[in-house]
Amino acid sequence: MNNLKSRLAKEKRFELYGFISVFLALSLLSLLFISIFSQGYTAFEETRIQLKINFEQDILDPGHTKDWSVIKKSNFNLLVKNSLSEIFPDTTKRKQKKKLFKLISSSAEYQLRNEVKNNLNIIGTSKKLWVLADDDVDMLIKGHIKRNLPEDERRIDNKELEWIVTLESKKYIDKFFNKTLFTNGDSAEPEQSGVLGALIGSLFALTITLALSFPIGVATAVYLEEFASKNNKFIDFIEVNINNLAAVPSIIFGLLGLAIFLNFFGMPRSAPLVGGMVLAVMTLPRIIIPSRAALKSVPPSIKEGALGVGASNVQAVFHHVVPVALPGMLTGTIIGMAQALGESAPLLIIGMVAFIVDIPQSMTDPSTALPIQIYLWADTPERGFVERTSAAIMVLLLFLIVMNSLAVYLRKKFEKDIN
Amino acid sequence: MNISTILIFLSLLGISAYYAGLKKSITLRKKSFLHSTPIYHGALLAVNSSLTSILFLIIWIILEKTFLLELSSFRNYLFTISIIIFLLTAFVTFIKIKHNFKARDHLEKIIEYFLLCCSSIAILITIGIFLSVIFESSRFFESISITEFLFGTHWSPQIPIREDQVGSSGAFGAIPLFTGTFLIAFIAMCVAGPIGLMSAIYLSEYASKKNRAIIKPITEILAGIPTVVYGFFAVVVVAPFVRDTGEYLGLDIASESALAAGLVMGIMIIPFVSSISDDVINAVPQNLKNGSLGIGATKSETILKVIVPAALPGIIGGLLLAVSRAIGETMIVVMAAGMSANLTANPFEAVTTVTVQIVVLLVGDQEFDSPKTLAAFALGLVLFFVTLILNYMALYVVRKYREQYE
Repeated sequence: MNNLKSRLAKEKRFELYGFISVFLALSLLSLLFISIFSQGYTAFEETRIQLKINFEQDILDPGHTKDWSVIKKSNFNLLVKNSLSEIFPDTTKRKQKKKLFKLISSSAEYQLRNEVKNNLNIIGTSKKLWVLADDDVDMLIKGHIKRNLPEDERRIDNKELEWIVTLESKKYIDKFFNKTLFTNGDSAEPEQSGVLGALIGSLFALTITLALSFPIGVATAVYLEEFASKNNKFIDFIEVNINNLAAVPSIIFGLLGLAIFLNFFGMPRSAPLVGGMVLAVMTLPRIIIPSRAALKSVPPSIKEGALGVGASNVQAVFHHVVPVALPGMLTGTIIGMAQALGESAPLLIIGMVAFIVDIPQSMTDPSTALPIQIYLWADTPERGFVERTSAAIMVLLLFLIVMNSLAVYLRKKFEKDIN
Repeated sequence: MNISTILIFLSLLGISAYYAGLKKSITLRKKSFLHSTPIYHGALLAVNSSLTSILFLIIWIILEKTFLLELSSFRNYLFTISIIIFLLTAFVTFIKIKHNFKARDHLEKIIEYFLLCCSSIAILITIGIFLSVIFESSRFFESISITEFLFGTHWSPQIPIREDQVGSSGAFGAIPLFTGTFLIAFIAMCVAGPIGLMSAIYLSEYASKKNRAIIKPITEILAGIPTVVYGFFAVVVVAPFVRDTGEYLGLDIASESALAAGLVMGIMIIPFVSSISDDVINAVPQNLKNGSLGIGATKSETILKVIVPAALPGIIGGLLLAVSRAIGETMIVVMAAGMSANLTANPFEAVTTVTVQIVVLLVGDQEFDSPKTLAAFALGLVLFFVTLILNYMALYVVRKYREQYE
C-alpha cells in the first residue's frame, strides 16, 4: 500500500507529463513556423543594382529604322555590360569581365528590351535603371552568405566582394519589394523564379475541384439524409463506400487518375483539368461527411413546419432545410478545398511535377500547383531557392489561413442560425 | 458535329420548351384548377426532353467507344437524331399537360433519381480505384510472380539483373519497402502516441476550461498544415539536427535517415491521435470517474486505472487509424526518406517506403508496358488493402466500444 505522499507525488508527476506533452506539441508547432518564417521572410525583398544605361543608337538601331521588329533583335546584353564597365573601368581582363557581368541577373536584358519596346524614343538617351542582381549577390546582401568566411567557403570570391562593396558605397545596390516572386513562373535562376505559374495552376485545379465536388457532394448528402430509405442494402453500400474513400491514402487517387483519366480516357498529362478531377474525387467524401452532419443538425421542426403547410418533401428539403444547412455545408467544403490546395501526392502521380516556366493560360496547359512548386524548389540545392521555398510555403499557408478563417466564420454563423 | 454545340443547342431548345409548357399551363389555369403550378409544367417539359436526348447521347458515345467503327459513320446524323428525340419527348409531354396532370410529382421523382445518381458516384469511384489498381497489377503479376513480389528481399527496379531477362527490368522483392514503411510508421507512432495521448488527457482532465479553449484549436493547426511543408521542415531543420546530434554522440546517421522522416511524421500525426483520444476519453461515462474519485483515488489513478482501461478499445482504434495515416503518407517520406531500398531495422540508416517507390516509379515515366511502371500499381494495391484493413479494424473496435457505453 503506497502512502499518501508518494501517491500525491505520482499525481504531480503525471500532470507534469501531460503538461510536457502539450508543451512539446506547441513548441514543435512554433519551431515549424519560426524556422519557415526566419528562412523565408527575406525572400519578400530582392536585391537590385542601379545602372546608368546608355541606349546607344549604334547598338540598338544603327539604321534609324525606328522599327521594333528590327530593334528587338539587337544585343541588349551589351548595353548592360557597357554600363557595368563604366562603373568599373579598371576591369579589363576577359575573365575578370565575365565575372563582373555575372553580378547582374540574366533577366536584365529583358528588362531593357521592355523599356525600349514601351518607348522607342529612349534610343539615343540614357536612363538610370534598377536591374535585378544575381542570386549570389542577393544572398550576400541579405546576409545568407557570410562575408567573414574564408574565400573558398563562400560562393562570392574576394574580387566580387570588392565590387559589391564599391557598389554599396556608391549606393548603387539596394533591396526592393520582391515583385518577381509574384509575377513570374518557375525559372532555373532563383532570382527570376516566382510562384505565379504554380498559383494559377492551383487556382485552375481548385476551380475544377469545386465545380465537381461541391454539387455532387451536396446532392449526395441531401439524398442520403433526406430521401434515402433506411435499411436499404444499396444505401448502406453507398455509405460504406463513402467512409472508405475518406480513409484511402491520397496517393491512391493519383493512381486512379493515372490509370482511368490519363490512360483510359486519354486526357492530357500535367494538366490542371485532370489534377482538379483527381482532387475532386479525393475531396468528395470530405464534403459529403460534414454536409450530412450539417443537414442532420437542422432542427426537424423546420422541415415539419414546411410539410405541415402542404409543401412536398422535395420542396421542404430544398426550400427550407438546405438553405439553413448551407453555411454548415460550405464550412465543410472550404475545409475540404483547403486540404485539396495543400495536397501534392496525387498531383505528382498524374505528372503535374515538371519544370514549367510559362504561366498556364488554360485548364489543359501543362502546369504545376503551389505545393508541387514547393516540393520542386525544396529539391534544389541553391541557397536562393531555400529562401523562395519558405516564401512559397508562407504564401500557401496564408491562403490556408484565409480559407480556414472563412470556414470558422461560417460555422459560427451556422451555429447561430440553428439555435 | 461537335458534342458541345449539340449541348448548347439542346439547352436553347430546353429553354423554349420551358416557356411552351409555362404558356400552355397558364392558359389552362384560366379555365380550371391545376394540380401543379405552371412553373412545374414548364420545368418538367424542359427537363424531360433534354434528359432523354442527353441520355441518348451518352448511350451513343458509349456504344461508339465499344464498337468503334460501325457507328462512327453515322456520327453526322447524331445532331439530327438527338433533336428529333428531344422534339418527340417534348411533344408527348406537351400533350399530357392537362389540368389534372401531376407535373410536380413527375419532376420530383426525376430530382430524386438525379440525387440517387450523384450518390452512386461514390460507388463508381471505389470501383474505379479497384479496377485500375487490380487491372494494372495483374499485368505486373504476369511477369513477376506474387510470391517473388511479396516475399522477395531485393528491390532494384531500375537495373536489370541479367541481360537476357525477358520482360523484366530488375528485382521486385518488396520486403525492404514494407519494413521501411513500418519502421518509419513505428517511429512516428512512438512520437505521436505518447504525446498525442498525454496531451489529450491533460487537456480533457487537467487544463482549465479557458486554457483548453485556447490550446486545443492551436494544436489542431498542426493537422491543417500541408504535408509538403512538413517535408520541407524535415529536410531543412530536423534531418540536419538529427545528423549533427548523431555526429556529436559519435553515431553515424545518414542524412536521409528513417529517424528524421519518422519524427516529422509523428509531429504530423499528433493532432490526429489527440483528437480521437479526446473524443474517446470524453465518451467514458462520468459515473465511472466519479465512483473512482469517490473512493479516494487520485486523479492520475482514476485516469490510469479507470478511464484509460475503459477507453482502451477506442484508443487502440484511434492509434490504428493513425498508423494507417502514417503508412499512406507520401510527401514527408518522398522528401525526407531515402530512395534506396535497405532491408534494415536501424533507424539511423536511410530506408525507402511503399509510397516513395510509387512516386519514384511513376514520375517522369510514361511507358505503360514495363514492369517498372506496373510495379507501382502493385504497390498501390498492397497499400490500398493494408490501409483498408487497418481502417476496418479501427472502425470496428471503436464502434464496439461505443455500443458498450450507449
